[in-house]
Amino acid sequence: MAIEKLKEVVLKVLPEVDVIIGYRQGFDPLHATPFFITKPEQADQLIWNPLCVQNLCSYLPFLKGKVGVVVKGCDSRTIVQYMQEKLITRENIKVIGVPCLRVISIKKVMAAINQQSVQNVTFEGENIIVKTSEGQKTILVTDVAPRKCATCQLATPLQYDLLAGDAIQSNKPQDAFEETKEFEKLSLEERRAYWEKEFDRCIRCYACRNACPLCICQDKCIAESRDPHWTSQRDNVTEKAMFHMIHGLHLAGRCISCGECERVCPMDIPVAKIKNKIGMDLKELFDYEAGMNPEDTPPMYTFKLEEANIKEHEL
Amino acid sequence: MADTGFLPKENLSALLEALSKKFQVFAPVLEGDIVLFKRFASGVTLCLTRPANLPPKGIIFPQSEALFNFNFKKDPEDAKKVAIELKENLDFSPTIIFGSRPCDAQGFRIYDRVYLETDTADPYYKGRREKTTIITLACNAPSPGCFCTSVGRGPAETEGSDLMMTELENGYFFEPITEKGEEILKEAGLEDGSAYKEQSQKLHEKVSALVKKPFTTLEGIPEKLLSLFDNNQFWEEETAKCISCGACTYLCPTCYCFNITDEQVGNTGERIRSWDACMFFHFTLEASSHNPRPNKHQRLKNRVGHKFSYYPKKYNNVIACCGCGRCIRYCPMSVDISEIVAHAQGA
Repeated sequence: MAIEKLKEVVLKVLPEVDVIIGYRQGFDPLHATPFFITKPEQADQLIWNPLCVQNLCSYLPFLKGKVGVVVKGCDSRTIVQYMQEKLITRENIKVIGVPCLRVISIKKVMAAINQQSVQNVTFEGENIIVKTSEGQKTILVTDVAPRKCATCQLATPLQYDLLAGDAIQSNKPQDAFEETKEFEKLSLEERRAYWEKEFDRCIRCYACRNACPLCICQDKCIAESRDPHWTSQRDNVTEKAMFHMIHGLHLAGRCISCGECERVCPMDIPVAKIKNKIGMDLKELFDYEAGMNPEDTPPMYTFKLEEANIKEHEL
Repeated sequence: MADTGFLPKENLSALLEALSKKFQVFAPVLEGDIVLFKRFASGVTLCLTRPANLPPKGIIFPQSEALFNFNFKKDPEDAKKVAIELKENLDFSPTIIFGSRPCDAQGFRIYDRVYLETDTADPYYKGRREKTTIITLACNAPSPGCFCTSVGRGPAETEGSDLMMTELENGYFFEPITEKGEEILKEAGLEDGSAYKEQSQKLHEKVSALVKKPFTTLEGIPEKLLSLFDNNQFWEEETAKCISCGACTYLCPTCYCFNITDEQVGNTGERIRSWDACMFFHFTLEASSHNPRPNKHQRLKNRVGHKFSYYPKKYNNVIACCGCGRCIRYCPMSVDISEIVAHAQGA
């Protein structure tokens, strides 16, 4: 999709809304940053490429008035989930859909270039070309895409009012839970050791929580509450694990797999794996995927006397 | 100051092992793709090629520490009589922070003014600080987002360090800054480094010129930020993309705010001091339930203001930001504090 098309759509939508959220260049050529557009002349700074990683929908529940937002396929599930949970008034949102096959994990690129400062970035065919003081490195975009992109079925957003580009189809494998199934083959002790090592790094900055589009408790989070007092301010691994488990369980049937929690973690903890496991269980137990259909009710928001896949009376 | 020293690269581990006999040595260690300060031990993978993801601040100002333990003892004869036993935790070991970066070491100087150089020094901070020797590695390349030269510092700044080291082609050049550093240098018994002094200085100048300069002068910034204090529109625009998490504050070598809580189970417990962040709603939440900073723009304004206006106004114009760039490079939304300051300057 050409950036000109996006600019054209943005300029078309702008008179109808108070603000449009898109992307502009961040502090270096590798980082895009959310961009709040209120004036037509700002549209020139808009960018769109696989480095536009943030889920911009996350801002919507906190904004007043009419808002336009640039939305990728994965992020569009956020809109659907917000509609289900009545966290947005859909009529007040102008969804500018962007077709997207995959984004890039900045962490993976940084690992591939020895964490050097980036001087320049260009895209050529299937490659991203990154220039540092050590020289130029050509990397296949698929090699540095986040895990979620490998099985993404939503190349075109589920919800959009205007599409900046042509609708495209995904031709990727469907099983988003393969890695989790592999992980579950490890023994309980091995899994425990894995997570103890990972959670040990957690600094409780709550970037994962605040970046999560469905962590809507935000300022009333149980992680900081003294009453009820479910977590303490100790920094041992038990407390950290407790917070991450609460985060995961509060998202059961609501997590739309955007992967923001894991992307933003400054300590590189693979926290999305927890949500993936819960998503897998939800799929198995309720045959349900969050954020796919605005008419759905999340399984934890409702009650059935007999669930089709839970045979409690046969136990 | 005593002489300088030189250590061939292959002898680095031996030096750290020798120091580990007398001190607990913390060094930057590779864990997966990230670098953290960990206790040095044989078998760890040192990583000196880039600053650690988390500065070494927690070694002197821990993320969470039990200030004291308490125990309520009921009188078996009279249940109304309760005695309280307290046990303070003020026992600190001699420590070396090895391979901090100049910005990390300067961070402790920002803390010193608050926790040490006052009428009521903080015994926990003081205890650790006095027993810690900081060996700093000068940067030989800027990291993404860093801007130390704009805040009046530099990639080879010595303030806050006891011993400076510079990586040259075949080894490390050591130069003591304080008496503590001098002692370590003596102890290390390195070969004379004077032949490398000039080479090292040239490298410092070269690297200094490579650091990006988002603003060229600090003149008037504290006043300008104060004058913008009530300009909600400016702050709302600058902070629109901020998600108000604590990554910037917890990764910051100059952020020193804390919370105090009692964590009690039954009759025993601990009084804990743990890092807190002005980016959190709870930070200013008052007992009455009133919150003077309920909105994120007020909170990020505080973070910028504290570093670039309130602290310098209180402490002799010292900017409480070392330009390490961590808050920029690890921000989930790529909020750039240097850009906000530059915008404020031009507003």
